[in-house]
Amino acid sequence: MIENLDLGMVNWARAQFALTAMYHWMFVPLTLGISWIIAFYHTIYVRTGSEEWKRLTKFWMKLFGINFAIGVATGIILEFEFGTNWSNYSWMVGDIFGAPLAVEGIVAFFIEATFFAVMFFGWNRVSKGFHLFSTWMVAVGSNLSAVWILVANAWMQNPVGQVFNPDTARFEMQSFFEVALSPFAVNKFTHTTSTSMMIGALFVISISSWYLLRGRHVLMAKRSIVVAAALGLIASIFTIVNGDEAAYEIAKVQPMKLAAFEGLYEGQTNAGLVAFGIVNPDKKVYNDQPAFTGPALHIPGLLSLMANRSFGSYVPGIKELVYGSAEHNILGAVQRKALGQKAVANLDAYRQAKKAGDEAAAEVQLAAFNENKAHLGYGYLAKPEEAVPPVALSFNAFHVMVILGCLFPLIFIGYLYFSFKQSLERKKWLLGLGTITYVLGMIAGQAGWIVAEVGRQPWAIQDLLPVTIARTNLTTATVQTTFFMFLVLFTLLLIAEICIMVKQINIGPEEN
Amino acid sequence: MIAQRTDHPWLMTRIYRFYRDGFRQMTVGRALWKIIFIKLFVMFAVLKAFFFPNFLATQFATDAQRADYVIEQLTRSAPGYVQPIKGEYP
Repeated sequence: MIENLDLGMVNWARAQFALTAMYHWMFVPLTLGISWIIAFYHTIYVRTGSEEWKRLTKFWMKLFGINFAIGVATGIILEFEFGTNWSNYSWMVGDIFGAPLAVEGIVAFFIEATFFAVMFFGWNRVSKGFHLFSTWMVAVGSNLSAVWILVANAWMQNPVGQVFNPDTARFEMQSFFEVALSPFAVNKFTHTTSTSMMIGALFVISISSWYLLRGRHVLMAKRSIVVAAALGLIASIFTIVNGDEAAYEIAKVQPMKLAAFEGLYEGQTNAGLVAFGIVNPDKKVYNDQPAFTGPALHIPGLLSLMANRSFGSYVPGIKELVYGSAEHNILGAVQRKALGQKAVANLDAYRQAKKAGDEAAAEVQLAAFNENKAHLGYGYLAKPEEAVPPVALSFNAFHVMVILGCLFPLIFIGYLYFSFKQSLERKKWLLGLGTITYVLGMIAGQAGWIVAEVGRQPWAIQDLLPVTIARTNLTTATVQTTFFMFLVLFTLLLIAEICIMVKQINIGPEEN
Repeated sequence: MIAQRTDHPWLMTRIYRFYRDGFRQMTVGRALWKIIFIKLFVMFAVLKAFFFPNFLATQFATDAQRADYVIEQLTRSAPGYVQPIKGEYP
């Protein structure tokens, strides 16, 4: 019975997963992103033969190596948590993700073990061509190693290409291509990798700006900036485009998430995108309080355009998505909860009939279950209002991500413009801003994951499995203990990374 | 006249030397490898071994038992669940 569930445990398990994923995500985007930038630096060195480009390439390679070494295997802890804290979920999706994730891990390990060594140890010891090839393969391998975990995440947001087996309680893959190439999966991968390249570029710009402000390694810093800013600009524009495409898909599959992003409680035609607003913490879907404290500034029609590719179109609000709307043909959480409860009851009856050996009754119950299985997850909600994610956190994270995402291309343009005007060293304001852009990039990246993961609550698998059922029935104290252990472990790793990185940045590129 | 000996070591020997010399020439890398080994030890020998058992793997012997347990979680965790009377289905 849901009343007997320890919700404290669920929230601690969620907090632990968030903590692990967020720490993991401090290392990953830099690894994915800067590997491409280093490949470009290395290519320029091979084509020009210039020792300055070699020195520059080796310097960024060293910082890449530090980040990679500290961050390596931090993601494995997420898998530990699946088996211990989220055992029901793990069991249910094991058929879909178990093998591909294992294969991906092995392939990534061998690509990285081989080409990493050549990239770092290969200077003057292998041919220039093979050395350069290895550097590109490190970039390719690192980014490919993110494919399946992102496909898995996309599938949780939009569980396509599967069928639920009521005998084994497992989702079974029906179409590999539908899973791997769903628009959610494609957007998730392209958005993540382009964001990572942008963050890699911001990292280069931050450190190079710091050098320029101090008048150190000036030529290296200026050359690094030109390439990083050019790649960062392309990546940031691509990020905006595929981010917009992701929002369009979310509007179709996760309309509640989109409504939470915008604090949209009442559905609207010609719905505006909030440019500025402070979410009212007392606003609930069932009360009449205003959605925002004070005035909110909207850009008319932009949310409708984002959601439906049409300015005048209708975007449902949280209220319609909870209580339904006959006018707009929207099935709300209230109606879906009733259908979900039927699905749960039919599943139970199917199981009882199978145990009793009553095949005819089992068939009838299975057919009834299949009619309503799309609403299964709603059957576990104690009340329909539980279908609403944390609105303030989703709203704030979304707007921080969007504002920063729009700022970065302007920063890249500024750096390119003043680089070509040969006046970058004199633009102290830009260099000052540039020095902190990496931190801003990390904030945007973390906000992006909060948007993706908090916005889809209460679901572990969209509409099918809420987090309260996905969990293992452990005590809160057990999860709290490991939460704090991880907090200490990851904080120590982060301190180690920062110390080693800062030391190497202070030393700068080798003179010989 | 003494024939000059040409040095063409086996591929595996060359790979071994490549890694060996690479590791020897590492500077920052030595500290990083230490961090990696300590981290992996803490993760696998401490955390995984003592704090993160696979719940279903340790509690049940067979996949059939695991499936039964999860199905039970799926069917009995719904709010308002009432144990059906034997032989009756909703």
